[in-house]
Amino acid sequence: MGRYVARRLLQMIPVFIGTTLLIFLMVNVLPGDPVAALWGDKPPDPAQMAIIRKDLGLDLPLWQQYLNYLGGLLQGDFGTTIAGNRPVLDQMTDAFPVSIRLGLMAFTFELVLGLFFGVLAGVKRGKVIDTGVTVFTLMVISIPVFVLGLVSQQVFGTQLGWVSPNVKDSMDMAQLVLPAIVLGSLSLAYVARLTRTSIAENARADYMRTAVAKGLPQRRIVSMHLLRNSLIPVVTYLGTDIGALMAGAVVTEGIFNVQGVGQLLFEALARREGSIIVGIVTVFVLIYLLANLLVDLLYAVLDPRIRYA
Amino acid sequence: MPENTLKKDKPTVEEPAVAVAEAGPAPDKPRSLAADAWADLCRKPLFLLSGLLILFLLLVSAFPGLFSSTDPTAGDLSKHFLTKPELSHVFQPDWFGYDNQGRSIYARVVYGTRVSILVGVGVTVLVTVVGGLMGMLAGYFGGIWDTLLSRITDVFFGIPFILGAMVVLNAFTERTVWTVIGALAFLGWTAIARVMRGAVITARHADYVLAAKALGAGTSRILFRHILPNAIAPVIVVATIQLGVYIVAESTLSYLGLGLGTNEVSWGGDIDTASDHIRNAPHILFFPAGMLSITVLAFIMLGDAVREALDPKLR
Amino acid sequence: MRGAKSAKWVAIAAVVALGATACGGGGTEEANANKEVDPNGIVSYANGEPQNPLQPANTMEAYGSVTIEAIFSGLVDYNDKGEITMTNAESVTPDKDNKVWTVKLKKGWKFHNGEEVTAKSFVDAWNWAANVENKQVNSSWFSDIEGYADVHPEKGKPKKDKMSGLKVVDDQTFTITLADGIPYFHYKLAYPVFSPLPSGFFKDPEGYGEKPVGNGPYKLKSWEHKKSIQLVRNDDYKGPDKAKNGGIDLKAYTSDTAAYNDLVSNNVDSMPIVPNSELANYKEDLGDRAIEQDYSAINTINPAFYTKQWKDIDVKVLQGLSMAIDRDTINKTVFFGTRESATSWVAKGVLGYEADTCGEFCKYNPKKAKALIKEGGGVPGNKISIQYNADQPHKDWVVAVCNSIKQATGVECEGDAKTDFQADLKVRDAKQVKSMYRSGWVLDYPFNGNFLRDLFGTGVAGNKADFSDKKFDDLVKKADAAATVEESAKLYTQAEKQLANTFPGIPLWYNRTISGHSENVKNMKFGQDGDPIFTEVEVYKK
Repeated sequence: MGRYVARRLLQMIPVFIGTTLLIFLMVNVLPGDPVAALWGDKPPDPAQMAIIRKDLGLDLPLWQQYLNYLGGLLQGDFGTTIAGNRPVLDQMTDAFPVSIRLGLMAFTFELVLGLFFGVLAGVKRGKVIDTGVTVFTLMVISIPVFVLGLVSQQVFGTQLGWVSPNVKDSMDMAQLVLPAIVLGSLSLAYVARLTRTSIAENARADYMRTAVAKGLPQRRIVSMHLLRNSLIPVVTYLGTDIGALMAGAVVTEGIFNVQGVGQLLFEALARREGSIIVGIVTVFVLIYLLANLLVDLLYAVLDPRIRYA
Repeated sequence: MPENTLKKDKPTVEEPAVAVAEAGPAPDKPRSLAADAWADLCRKPLFLLSGLLILFLLLVSAFPGLFSSTDPTAGDLSKHFLTKPELSHVFQPDWFGYDNQGRSIYARVVYGTRVSILVGVGVTVLVTVVGGLMGMLAGYFGGIWDTLLSRITDVFFGIPFILGAMVVLNAFTERTVWTVIGALAFLGWTAIARVMRGAVITARHADYVLAAKALGAGTSRILFRHILPNAIAPVIVVATIQLGVYIVAESTLSYLGLGLGTNEVSWGGDIDTASDHIRNAPHILFFPAGMLSITVLAFIMLGDAVREALDPKLR
Repeated sequence: MRGAKSAKWVAIAAVVALGATACGGGGTEEANANKEVDPNGIVSYANGEPQNPLQPANTMEAYGSVTIEAIFSGLVDYNDKGEITMTNAESVTPDKDNKVWTVKLKKGWKFHNGEEVTAKSFVDAWNWAANVENKQVNSSWFSDIEGYADVHPEKGKPKKDKMSGLKVVDDQTFTITLADGIPYFHYKLAYPVFSPLPSGFFKDPEGYGEKPVGNGPYKLKSWEHKKSIQLVRNDDYKGPDKAKNGGIDLKAYTSDTAAYNDLVSNNVDSMPIVPNSELANYKEDLGDRAIEQDYSAINTINPAFYTKQWKDIDVKVLQGLSMAIDRDTINKTVFFGTRESATSWVAKGVLGYEADTCGEFCKYNPKKAKALIKEGGGVPGNKISIQYNADQPHKDWVVAVCNSIKQATGVECEGDAKTDFQADLKVRDAKQVKSMYRSGWVLDYPFNGNFLRDLFGTGVAGNKADFSDKKFDDLVKKADAAATVEESAKLYTQAEKQLANTFPGIPLWYNRTISGHSENVKNMKFGQDGDPIFTEVEVYKK
């Protein structure tokens, strides 16, 4: 087990380097000049630009810039922004807690309701409830998040006035409820569908027949045997979804004005702030890798047949 | 009767399904999984419904002129928001009303189909080919290939899809439908690669593969004649479902302003325009968004039907 | 099934309902007449987080500028007609060549920390800001001053730390020697970059950037990053624009719709500009609280003269294209009447503005448009495109302009979207614009030359289309050599009229400041630079 985890962690190193390099290169081919952007729509001052570039190390060859960046990263230094000369880390520590909150709220929402609907539909397969859940989830999946966001903002925010259409304080959980629901809705539908399918599959498995034949009570069969075995694909999905929720929030955050990572990245992209873009994407890839490891370890808990050596 | 109508539909509905179905039900031979699946599909209302819908959408995107004779980019400001949708004007240019530029929303919805379908199908084809090959290589050869390709897959898979596409598309100052397809495929191939790798690993140790090897079959023959047909089922399922995802991704990117020139009509771009007028003229949001949802729905339902048919466990 | 049905119903009903329920509001009739004014009331304003430290020469974007303008007072200021008024200066007088300017300061002015404002405070501040090593984004404003190249060389380290053109005569007097005489130099002095700085600043520019100490009508009380900047009235202020309220709360908003909603519900007293999505509603929502004022900014579309298409074009084609644009109708529909059709190349609110210098060419006339284009030999390729940046709301008007041209003349026209301003600029700088590009210009200083010389002069940084017209350049040179600013403005108008014969830009609209104020304040106004004039605002007693 320990060795397995160690190996997985070691595997992350090349992925980490590959990701940062890829994004670093991508950011560098973006059109536009972040230093010139300091002048907005006025003509920039070449002499000043040269000095600013030199101070930020932007005049060095690309490979050297990358090494410098990587070197800084290992010491926990994400670099400084070109506009305003502020540490990137500060900006990220402002934005990540917001996104984590939003992500966790959306996650809870999708987990609780998704599992509930999924189990309901799976157990009552073929009944009216099943059809209802199927139709509902299909519909949620087919409405793009930005349409859902725009419409719910308009309806619940502007028209009905139940919530404030724009989030004013991004750290206030109450204001994040609607964005979280919008954000989590798509995953909710996926979780429900996945759970339903998985339960339907497992309901016909041999061990289920055995359990029924043994005369175990229905409740115990469902909770101990059926659910536990059916959860494996769901857990896989949920594991990768934590990161995806935070990263996928760029649209939701934009619509509801949540000052999270998505917004920060959107602005960074517009200003060509390379170090912010690379920093954020790197963190997302790390989250994704760690979540995957966690999922694989959870497998062992859920399925006794799986053992990691 | 339904059997007949469906056979006619075959070529357009689902390419891979057709290819496998062609070997189809000869009366005296035992039916293959593919043939079985096809026969099964033909009985599914879900499949019939989504198939017909997709056929219709393909038709619209191929010949939008048949459905609307109005130029979707011609605006007349005297018709600014003029007409709200009216049922009695079915198929008239003003059926759905006019948008903020006085353009016929009906014509725009019709012509917008092309971009969505093109992107959906284009990305799916690219992703299936590239991702499929990568997955096959990793799965079949294993060892260093597998390690290398798996790590590369990790890199791409870890990059959030929309965020990554935003960065990639930003790099292009000239964007066409093909740029969007390329960018989405660049980031999207990993999903297929993983599924393919898994399926190939399972198939690699199967008896028929070992037998073929023993008989001295070459690597490419083993890969394409023996392993591929047996590993393709999960790939088809994922690809069909992903198609809808790519269509949503394209519209999301267009909504974020990373779309195409103003003479290209795209639902996402129209939703973006509409979002500024949602308070005063919600109808200009409703139609493109509705069509987008219907299209995505059709592909998801098709994916569901195909999966149920290809996965014996679900019968 | 029930779940599904109701969800669908909500979605559809929601969309349909949006049209029906028009938002009420604006029912704020004059109960205000007998409300009392609180001289110490605080005005709140929807601002945002400044990009740079609050140093006068390092602030260019709106959020920082609003703050700097409240904390610092320059030598001069200007009124809504574009006339110069004195603030910290007693007088600013040029010699007969407009080369040496003598500045006399008013006595008794103090910085917020009690230090006296002297000639040295200005000279030191300018020398510091002009120095290339201090990395101030606005340092090129000092480039008219003699010796600028010494402190701001194009390459390498500065040779000196003082500009030879600045001389302190005594505590209240200093002289500015320019490299070349400019009759309107004092107009430039109104820009906040020419503010004085206290002596402590130079020892700790960063600290003072965080806690700026100025000489203006307001003092900084606190700056909570990304939340708010609190300013309080400077009671020792000696200037003519003493604050009529107790202070300003500059709240950092991150979304203009959020700010707008707060404005409608009186949670914030004013905001910079109403978001696009509410342009159709703001009059109804705000009623008599709506603000609509001239804003010295103009929108044009400019042909890229380096392209094959426009290189040797007959000007009649450009004139024809200009006449094919139905500015009034587009303004009415796309902008909901919140702009004004342009009839010249210089925006309103600046000295030397003259209406109708564009004449009939800026009036919609489809027949004549077609005829002119034909006379001029037609548009090469019969197709134009207008490049714009998609991160700002330009798409709608670009499409409308294109449609108008298409309808009137049959010339194909397409909007050429670039993702954002950075990408747009890169294409422009690389001279890769395919046909035309959109351009906007906001005044730097309220003088018509700023809209002409800095945009259409041969080789100037703002002229990205490689436009060059000897006649125009000569007229500009003559205007710059004029004895007085009034004369210069007149000569510039002549130069402007020459633009009608070359059409380096097709004028479209003048911008307007579209905003509003809450029920808690009165006399909320905006200057022609689009910035709020806080000192005049009066707050009602709660």
